[in-house]
Amino acid sequence: MDALLLQILNGLDKGSAYALIALGLTLIFGTLGVVNFAHGALFMIGAFCAVTLSRLLNLSHEVAVPGEVDFLGNPMMRDVPYIYDIFGETMGASIIDWSVPLSILFAIPIMVGIGFAMERGLIKHFYKRPHADQILVTFGLAIVLQEIIKYFYGANPIPTPAPAAFTGSFDFGAMLGFDPNTIIYPYWRLVYFAFSAVIIGAVFAFLQFTTFGMVVRAGMADRETVGLLGINIDKRFTIMFGIAAAVAGLAGVMYAPINSPNYHMGMDFLVLSFVVVVVGGMGSLSGAVLAGFLLGILESFASMAIVLETLPGINQIIIYLVAIIILLTRPRGLMGRKGVMEE
Amino acid sequence: MSKSNFTRRGLLKTSAVAGAAGLTLPTYLRADGHSGFTNAPQGDTVTLGFNVPQSGPYADEGADELRAYELAVEHLNGTGADNGMLETFSSKALTGNGILGKKVEYVTGDTQTKSDAARASARSMIEKDGAVMITGGSSSGVAVAVQALCQEAGIIFMAGLTHSNDTTGKDRKANGFRHFFNSYMSGAALAPVLAANYGTDRKAYHLTADYNWGYTTEEAVKSSTEAMGWETVNTVLTPLTQTDFSSYIAPVLQSGADVLVLNHYGGNMVNSLTNAVQFGLRDKMVNGKQFEIVVPLYSRLMAKGAGANVKGIFGSTNWHWSLQDEGSKAFVKSFGTKYGFPPSQAAHTCYVQTLLYADAVERGGSFNPCSVVEALRDFEFDGMGNGPTLYRGEDHQCFKDVLVVKGKENPSSEFDLLEIVEVTPVEQVTYAPDHPQFAGGNMGTCNPGA
Repeated sequence: MDALLLQILNGLDKGSAYALIALGLTLIFGTLGVVNFAHGALFMIGAFCAVTLSRLLNLSHEVAVPGEVDFLGNPMMRDVPYIYDIFGETMGASIIDWSVPLSILFAIPIMVGIGFAMERGLIKHFYKRPHADQILVTFGLAIVLQEIIKYFYGANPIPTPAPAAFTGSFDFGAMLGFDPNTIIYPYWRLVYFAFSAVIIGAVFAFLQFTTFGMVVRAGMADRETVGLLGINIDKRFTIMFGIAAAVAGLAGVMYAPINSPNYHMGMDFLVLSFVVVVVGGMGSLSGAVLAGFLLGILESFASMAIVLETLPGINQIIIYLVAIIILLTRPRGLMGRKGVMEE
Repeated sequence: MSKSNFTRRGLLKTSAVAGAAGLTLPTYLRADGHSGFTNAPQGDTVTLGFNVPQSGPYADEGADELRAYELAVEHLNGTGADNGMLETFSSKALTGNGILGKKVEYVTGDTQTKSDAARASARSMIEKDGAVMITGGSSSGVAVAVQALCQEAGIIFMAGLTHSNDTTGKDRKANGFRHFFNSYMSGAALAPVLAANYGTDRKAYHLTADYNWGYTTEEAVKSSTEAMGWETVNTVLTPLTQTDFSSYIAPVLQSGADVLVLNHYGGNMVNSLTNAVQFGLRDKMVNGKQFEIVVPLYSRLMAKGAGANVKGIFGSTNWHWSLQDEGSKAFVKSFGTKYGFPPSQAAHTCYVQTLLYADAVERGGSFNPCSVVEALRDFEFDGMGNGPTLYRGEDHQCFKDVLVVKGKENPSSEFDLLEIVEVTPVEQVTYAPDHPQFAGGNMGTCNPGA
């Protein structure tokens, strides 16, 4: 029982990342009808926003350490961040420690800007082209973005720790009456889960309760009619692209402490996120979120030693297996609209 | 101006024969220059092929390997700021005048850490660029694939970074040589240190990368730790493409294990170790003991990726820049002066392999692979780091001291991440050529390619 609870927690957490990326993908597909293979790259750029702010805050000047020598026998130099000179060592260290949450402020305008630039500069020229063209051009864009990040940041993962206050793990086992140490969960992953719930809630509330959101939803249902009413739906859809890019970017920022960012992290998530979108139903926001969490939990269960002993390799195929079953039995996906992906 | 002996008739005959050979034999199997072996150097230069990962997840490791190769070429040609390990190498055949008086040139290829891509780039370097030796790589899969190609083509392969037992075990080849250590040696070096620090009554849980290197490392560490009393409670394979290891790490505490062994390398190791530390494993007490994590194969570049999570964690490494023998100091000085930071173990092993190849050619008096094989077999040397070293004839594996290292608690720089806790003597990591972990191999005979 405790093992199942632990994997449910794990699945919720994994599902958070899938759901956030799939939500953005669905927003773009639902509004613009574009299959955006560059969405994983936006997630990766978000993580590198955290890396960048962390590096900016750590910009240093060298100070000689008396009596010590480096590996070549020269006087040992110690890096002292400029921020220490401005705010003092204690305050400066705290600001550096909180660089990941602070990156959220830094990442939002950057991601929205990148989203606008992508949509206006490239993707809008492919609206009337077949899906295959859209996939090719966005996949190419993803590779270009990936290579740019690799050029500037290198190929190795870059550790980007969470604030010290959120290191360590919480003992759910002790709280729920199980043996201590049986259900433990890292604090930052709990933060990530809560953060994604807030973002998902905010996107839904924005679409549900604002006039802007209502127009967008109307446009998703019938773009032509909304256009005939004199509403500039294209402009609103461009803004939605920016919002989708920001959602992917924020998912990436907060993910940075979970696994050290590297230039191919976007690709690692992209394929899975597309499976999530297809299982949830192309164009369905709630479907994307539901499928994200569902597949996250299933993947966690499939990775349990007891399951692997019975069904070796199931951990590697479970998500695709579910996708095949769903597509065979219900081509529109769990919560997809009739007419999308099926007659 | 040199006088040509060619006549029109002779040229036509030669072309006809060459054309016929071209139709029947792949280029790399032909003996260019009629010297009896593939890619016999013509003129006053010789070309070496440096096949390293220049893209993909090990690109930084490949970049460091290339730096080392360029430094080795400078030292071989006598154009460097100093002579590096040529000064400390026990063999004095190399004089900084190229190899056999021929200036060393090189071509590079990108393995992408994929066997197919690595073979394609090696093939191109052999066929198009006339490389007489191929070296490099950062994966056992790549090493085994390229080694087999070089055997077939009649080219010497000086393996770069490859740690799987199979490279000099079941997949060994007469034309292939490995300076780097292997999984067995890691296990043999680590086990006594782990016993001394964590006791002999421990329960270990292994997470293992699901490919050849993972299997041999798990087998080696498992057998050597079990031999000293540890129990293995579980071994779980993880996909190579896995990025989040939480669902594999979460059940570890429920298994009753008090040690987690991460048979992972590169990005896998960075992520699995980061996840394990996030889950607080290192803060837990299990079976009345402090929970511990072990990383059998460490590299400084990986340790950098894992950041503060490596602190206090034991592992093994082939070489480390803080070694104080004369050879290591000379290499670190040379590399550090040129590039501004200390070399990685990948850089070290690649640099040494290049010098060892060049030295074997000089001592044998020929670039013919069979002469090189003869010169390297059972060759004993010193002054290249790790103390006295033997290139064993039976499997072409180097036997030398192995380092056990630990993540440093208070690093002074981003390069100062590991500290040496023990230099394990070579006797402790030596095994019989027919040891079960290396069984099934047949290296055949040297192939000069013509």
